[in-house]
Amino acid sequence: MSEAGNNSKLLNGATGKWEVVIGLEVHAQVASKAKLFSGAATAFGAAPNSQVSLIDAALPGMLPVINRFCVEQAVRTGLGLKAKINLHSVFDRKNYFYPDLPAGYQISQYKQPVVGEGEIFVDMPGGETITVGIERLHLEQDAGKSIHDQHPDYTYLDLNRAGVALMEIVSRPDLRSSEEAAAYLRKLRAILRYLGTCDGNMDEGSMRADVNVSVRRPGDPLGTRCEIKNVNSMRFVQQSVDYEARRQIDLIEAGGTIKQETRLFDSRTGETRPMRSKEEAHDYRYFPDPDLLPLTFEQAWVDELARSLPELPDEKKARFIQAGLSPYDASVLVAEKEATDYFEAMVAAGAETKAAANWLSNEYFGRLNKAGMGIGEGPISPQAAGAIVWMVIDKTISSRGAKDLTDIVWHEGGDPRAIVESRGLKQVSDESAIEAAVAAVMSANPDKCEEVKAKPKAAAWFVGQVMKSTGGKANPQTVNAILRRRLGLPEDG
Amino acid sequence: MAVDRDTVRRIARLARLAVDEDQVVAMEGELNALLTWVEQLQEVNVEGVPPMASVVEQRLKLREDVVTDGGYAQDLMLNAPQTEDNFFVVPKVVE
Amino acid sequence: MALSSDPTRFTIADARDALAGKQISATELAQAHITALTAATALNAFITETPDRALSAAETSDARIAAGEARPLEGIPLAIKDLFCTKGVRTTAASRILDNFFPTYESTVTQNLWDAGALMLGKTNLDEFAMGSSNETSYFGPVINPWRARGRNEDLVPGGSSGGSATAIAAHLALGATGTDTGGSIRQPAAVTGIVGLKPTYGRCSRWGAVAFASSLDQAGPMTRTVRDAAIMLKVMAGHDPKDSTSVDTPVPDYEAALNTGVKGLRVGIPKEYRIDGMPEEMDALWQRGVDWLKAQGAEIVDVSLPHTKYALPAYYIVAPAEASSNLARYDGVRYGHRAAGVSDLIGLYERTRAEGFGREVRRRIMIGTYVLSAGYYDAYYLRAQKIRTLIARDFTQAFQQCDVLLTPATPSAAFGIGSKTSDPVSMYLNDVFTVTVNLAGLPGMSVPAGLSQDGLPLGLQIIGKAFDEETVLRAGRAIETAAGFNAQPQSWWRTA
Ligand SMILES: [Mg+2]
Ligand SMILES: [Zn+2]
Repeated sequence: MSEAGNNSKLLNGATGKWEVVIGLEVHAQVASKAKLFSGAATAFGAAPNSQVSLIDAALPGMLPVINRFCVEQAVRTGLGLKAKINLHSVFDRKNYFYPDLPAGYQISQYKQPVVGEGEIFVDMPGGETITVGIERLHLEQDAGKSIHDQHPDYTYLDLNRAGVALMEIVSRPDLRSSEEAAAYLRKLRAILRYLGTCDGNMDEGSMRADVNVSVRRPGDPLGTRCEIKNVNSMRFVQQSVDYEARRQIDLIEAGGTIKQETRLFDSRTGETRPMRSKEEAHDYRYFPDPDLLPLTFEQAWVDELARSLPELPDEKKARFIQAGLSPYDASVLVAEKEATDYFEAMVAAGAETKAAANWLSNEYFGRLNKAGMGIGEGPISPQAAGAIVWMVIDKTISSRGAKDLTDIVWHEGGDPRAIVESRGLKQVSDESAIEAAVAAVMSANPDKCEEVKAKPKAAAWFVGQVMKSTGGKANPQTVNAILRRRLGLPEDG
Repeated sequence: MAVDRDTVRRIARLARLAVDEDQVVAMEGELNALLTWVEQLQEVNVEGVPPMASVVEQRLKLREDVVTDGGYAQDLMLNAPQTEDNFFVVPKVVE
Repeated sequence: MALSSDPTRFTIADARDALAGKQISATELAQAHITALTAATALNAFITETPDRALSAAETSDARIAAGEARPLEGIPLAIKDLFCTKGVRTTAASRILDNFFPTYESTVTQNLWDAGALMLGKTNLDEFAMGSSNETSYFGPVINPWRARGRNEDLVPGGSSGGSATAIAAHLALGATGTDTGGSIRQPAAVTGIVGLKPTYGRCSRWGAVAFASSLDQAGPMTRTVRDAAIMLKVMAGHDPKDSTSVDTPVPDYEAALNTGVKGLRVGIPKEYRIDGMPEEMDALWQRGVDWLKAQGAEIVDVSLPHTKYALPAYYIVAPAEASSNLARYDGVRYGHRAAGVSDLIGLYERTRAEGFGREVRRRIMIGTYVLSAGYYDAYYLRAQKIRTLIARDFTQAFQQCDVLLTPATPSAAFGIGSKTSDPVSMYLNDVFTVTVNLAGLPGMSVPAGLSQDGLPLGLQIIGKAFDEETVLRAGRAIETAAGFNAQPQSWWRTA
């Protein structure tokens, strides 16, 4: 990493520059139907305590039995993070009292997680690619939900989430700015969604991040960190880091010291504040859960899972670049799984790779953005989009015609090929018809003809006029060639 | 490793057991007597000995990802000291 | 077979024959026991009695017997330790914290018994959460041993923690009972009440639905008046349960069939470390008699060594409280059980609820368990104890290369007086000195009545077997039983009208 690149991430304080150091602990809900240790459902939005088994509610005598699918997804995720898969791992109890933790302990993995060290490459908008170390991934149970705002004196408990399988993915403190933190989370989310191991739905709590933030003078050892709990959007990750880093710098510069603590991010104020319920020093008394045996499996099983892994963003990006896309276009396309899926469906429907990418970035993304839609919500199917792009390539329509066609399909729907036929959008390459159209424009604008002879660049005006008079159907290259010949201009160069 | 009264109070807090002062004194004595008694374990050479991980030699069995349980919120409320609309209810928690 | 006119004198095997031969109905059998237990309230053996349920189940049994559809335990009235959750029947673990808990589910072990046709007379008293060796820690008061020393009327303890079950069998209030054994809680009360108690191999019986004390040690087992009855009950109780990850899916053999094999050629190990200082002379003499009995029946006696025996009890008193401190965290007054009144802050509610809900011994064990797991102490206590467990298990593995079963005393002494040991926890814990090693190693062990002390109180011998070799344990137990010819009965001093 260059000095300049490094410096640009530093924050200014009153007394000099500061470096912010960030590590993320991401809780990703395994996309399983049933819970990690019970057969209760995991679907979002169910009636209170309706997806709770006796095990989840920790009734006397209840015992955990592990869900095979959840173990599989943890291993597949580990493979996707290029991480070490541990053939022997152990479930521990993490003991603490909280009303949404029915057993008084969370079954988690402490000293021997199922997945060890790995790494993630993150593309930054400036073109830099950073490598973020993954320390571990372990399986654990989610807690229930405490509802504090229903009654002035009481907290209500819904245990539907209690026992849902989570993968806790812990990064190394390798991130140096709030932008990097958000980009890392975006990339991790994309990988999980490509793998299908987590739906990545942050609104429904399927993915949450605990953000560890500290600051230091460049070159100094790590400072004391604060942990911001349960941040549930990319934007909030960025905001909370910005606020927290500034708070720590101001505090240190004012002569204070940072206290290691757990903090909450308030999305209304954009501030972080200490979490009162976590003030007590915790002593989790981890020990191996005697109700479970160690989790063991064979390398052959891991190899089999590895073979069936889908193509992941980094590999896809490389393939797209190979196919002629710019690295920028490629990284934009792979950043969101829906965008990639859409793009690949277009290509499968016949669109040429580069043309499909161009249509997406020039035509479609802008429209979606304006309409505030995600790619999955847009009105044009990838098959229709593929047909539009294909018709430009085989010269059935002009690029101008493609614009109009896109507009029609966007608003009215329908099969693009049928629309081209019925609305006469077919590109006119018939020279005599174009010849006539050019002649008509020229004779109507004698002064312009003289002007263009003197200033050949102004020929574009004529092309535009001819396209207009033909309703966009003329092949613009043909128009250009005829015009130049008639005006006695040299070939395009 | 003798236990003092502050340790007794700290452990009681961790275990969520209210103890009044005379209980603290009694417990200090009892815990120390027990800890002195188990002190003999220190004389055993455990170097290279793995801790017992499972009592019987067996592999952890895995179940299939099928929804087989739940759907009885009302049953869960039957033994609960305080509930409302199928929620368990506790005194307000400060976050 | 000469059947007594009093059906409470039956063994399970006798009752099975009598029911099959229509010499008695299940209803009559149940009624006889209901009458007996109603007249035995002085023993405090039951926390909850379920006579109506027993009688209606007996009706079903009679119908099945009449239809020729009798199941293996059809119509057999049993007592259930109140640590097994029973659907719709109050389950307390002898604790105030569960004093009004009605499970909506049935434990696997009891379900297995009901599916085999057995019926429930009631839920038996125990030490609170099975923590104790004398049944004096129950929230519902101590259980009184039906036995009294010759010529005396002092109340004695029945042992613990399955003291209510042991008492129910010894006092003929039920034909069989379930117990659980974490450090000796089946074998030790069986020995001091003159009955048979079998702790199977860890993983043999499901733990699902049994209130947990120490998960890596707890194991359910039968308590009966004969070795044959233990074999009959175990066959039904045992089996793989997919709901318990530590349950083992090896086939359950026909234990009863193994009884007839005898002990000729069986190698019986005598571990020298079980000859402890201060053991009463009569206990030592009983052990020697056991050796002679087995030898006389053709067994080969082998001296073996279990060098880490003396560390078993202290290791147990780290592992068991540690697991218990975590297992008992769920009793917080939130979803079920006792909740302290008038507390408006959550931590205060937890602390008061648990201080009120748990008795002194349970609180003590939660404290010690929390301490040994806490930051900075885990390695020195819990981890070390688990390593010593490995050494203890290795001792057994090595000994079993020289022999097929081990013969030891079951307890260091006969039953003692109520209140005589409650002030010193460590001296109380020493009652489990011969039984606890087996739990740490996960092995099967059985206590068989073998004689009376000078005071006329029952004494037992223990047989320890290899993992999942309950058959050999039962064979050797049967040999002891036959040779000892133990047929003493307690005087029925407790009986009211
Ligand atoms: Mg964490
Ligand atoms: Zn976590």
